[in-house]
Amino acid sequence: MSEPQFELKVEGNSGELLFNGPWQLASKGTAPFSVIAKQLARHDLQQLRVTIADDCQWDSRLSAVLLSCHNYCTEQNIAFDGSKLPQGAQSLLKLATAVPTRQQSKPQQPGFNPWRALTSGMQKMLGFLGFLGECAEATGKLLVGRANMRFTDLGQFLFLAGPQALGIITLLSILVGMILAYLGAVQLRLLGAEVYVADLVAIGMVREMGALMTAIIMAGRTGAAYAAQLGTMQVNDEIDAVRTLGISPMEFLVLPRMVALILIMPLLVIYANILGIIGGAIVGLGMDISFLQYVEQSRQALDMTQVLSGLVKAVVFAALIAIAGCRAGMSCGRDSAAVGQATTKAVVTAIVYLVISDALLNILYSEMGI
Amino acid sequence: MSAADTKHKAHIEVTGLTMAYGDTLIQRDLTFTVNRGDIFIVMGGSGCGKSTLLKHLIGLLQPAAGEICYNGVSYFDASARQQDDMRRSWGTTFQTGGLFSAMTLAENVALPLQQNTQLSKAEIADLVHYKLALVGLAGFQNYYPSQISGGMQKRAGLARAIALDPEVLFFDEPSAGLDPLSSKLLDELIVQIQQTTGATIVVVTHELASIFAIGNNSVFLDPESKTMLDCGHPQRLKTDSPHHQVRNFLARGKLSRGQLAHDQTDNSHREKTP
Repeated sequence: MSEPQFELKVEGNSGELLFNGPWQLASKGTAPFSVIAKQLARHDLQQLRVTIADDCQWDSRLSAVLLSCHNYCTEQNIAFDGSKLPQGAQSLLKLATAVPTRQQSKPQQPGFNPWRALTSGMQKMLGFLGFLGECAEATGKLLVGRANMRFTDLGQFLFLAGPQALGIITLLSILVGMILAYLGAVQLRLLGAEVYVADLVAIGMVREMGALMTAIIMAGRTGAAYAAQLGTMQVNDEIDAVRTLGISPMEFLVLPRMVALILIMPLLVIYANILGIIGGAIVGLGMDISFLQYVEQSRQALDMTQVLSGLVKAVVFAALIAIAGCRAGMSCGRDSAAVGQATTKAVVTAIVYLVISDALLNILYSEMGI
Repeated sequence: MSAADTKHKAHIEVTGLTMAYGDTLIQRDLTFTVNRGDIFIVMGGSGCGKSTLLKHLIGLLQPAAGEICYNGVSYFDASARQQDDMRRSWGTTFQTGGLFSAMTLAENVALPLQQNTQLSKAEIADLVHYKLALVGLAGFQNYYPSQISGGMQKRAGLARAIALDPEVLFFDEPSAGLDPLSSKLLDELIVQIQQTTGATIVVVTHELASIFAIGNNSVFLDPESKTMLDCGHPQRLKTDSPHHQVRNFLARGKLSRGQLAHDQTDNSHREKTP
């Protein structure tokens, strides 16, 4: 006999439930209480006596069944008699039933409630608008020189967002330049106008890809870092601590991050543009376009308006990444899982903002005839 | 009540305070007064809303109903500028210390001084050294919070909280996670700070040893009925509270079943004094 077993004997209205075999966590076989309950339900019982065979080995596995059995009896108004159980099992059962099971009220209705979804959506919108308002207020204070921002913090964030990101931006920009060049080369070769690859790469990088690629890297790198930093500060009570010191967390924590990103992004984008053009030139060398010829062609293709239009994008993207990251961090919950969610949210919302704003800016530019 | 009157006695007055997170009620109808110079204990079982009450007292959370007055001025009705001034006269230590992890201890303690005073760098450095020395952390200026132990973090948090010589000092679970000796030292420190600066001190705790060692006024929050059961001196509550939950809590559950059942009639019982 190596499996947990039970036996139910019924005489009239009283039953006796006998457990035998090994009722241990390590023993094999399955004997959930539902099986016992089915048997119990077949009889119309008034009282139930529970006993254990003398050689029965037991541990929590039996205790759990005993508790379910006890609760079942209470529900069905059956008198539960556990006095024949071993002393240990009786005390454990007494301990487990000392505090009545709390009737759990589900905190949220399972079904989809459109009204609730609408109000919570509205609340999130309002929260976001409030955040934007506070951002604007803090920026205004910064412009008149009254913001509570530590410039050492700003320096640190500039370093983290700028020089530290150069490696990955170098790699990706050269590759994006090369991709654009190959893409153009295939088409332009048909027309015998390979030299215009330089124009395509230059305009593509400067107007679009330089800013967008850098922004996506920064969203994954810096935006996520901002959300994680602020989220962890929320968990550690640090943001509450800032508030209790009478300091606005917006000016003290969000502003330096935002300003650092806005200052550094245009520089990174210029760097990315140059490297992208170099990447295109490398492909150009393979198509018998000399480096000097390529650079000259690129120079003719570009003018100041195009460079500036890319830099305006850079600034807009930087602000959006910082807003997405800081907003996610500041509204983070108070456990470690929430920090992870905040980080994810920061990156996803940043990328959504980037693509939408890029589309809007392109429409605007084309309306303006740039 | 005249202004002078309130200045002398009642420092913090809580009237009909109801606290809730969204639809979830935490506590309702809290009414109590903290007098100037009190060491006031907020006590109650786990999860009864002690820390939430503290967050309301320091203005981090908005009450669902009721008001909290400091020196007769309602915090939540005050203008933003008044609120800032009020906040500056408070010091708060958090359960985990709440230190800024990106700053050294010296920078942490210096921050409120830099923000709110016109002192020179050298003077601030002196003050930082003095405040850290008060909590026994002199010489740890250049350590980051992650490099010191939990107990030291709490003391460093205290150094930051008392940087501006606050009128009211709030402690959230000062002895949680500390060994008995450190928590006793922290208690002594709290009493000394009160005696030397005359500050009003509000402590959230459920450590009985601390409650009796330092408290001279208290409020008991009950998680079951979601309201306060009693307030007053902890020793008096232990012996004379009409609520058996309060006496049982303060006697560490040593009341016998009979006393729990017949708590109205049985007032003759006296526990051994600690």
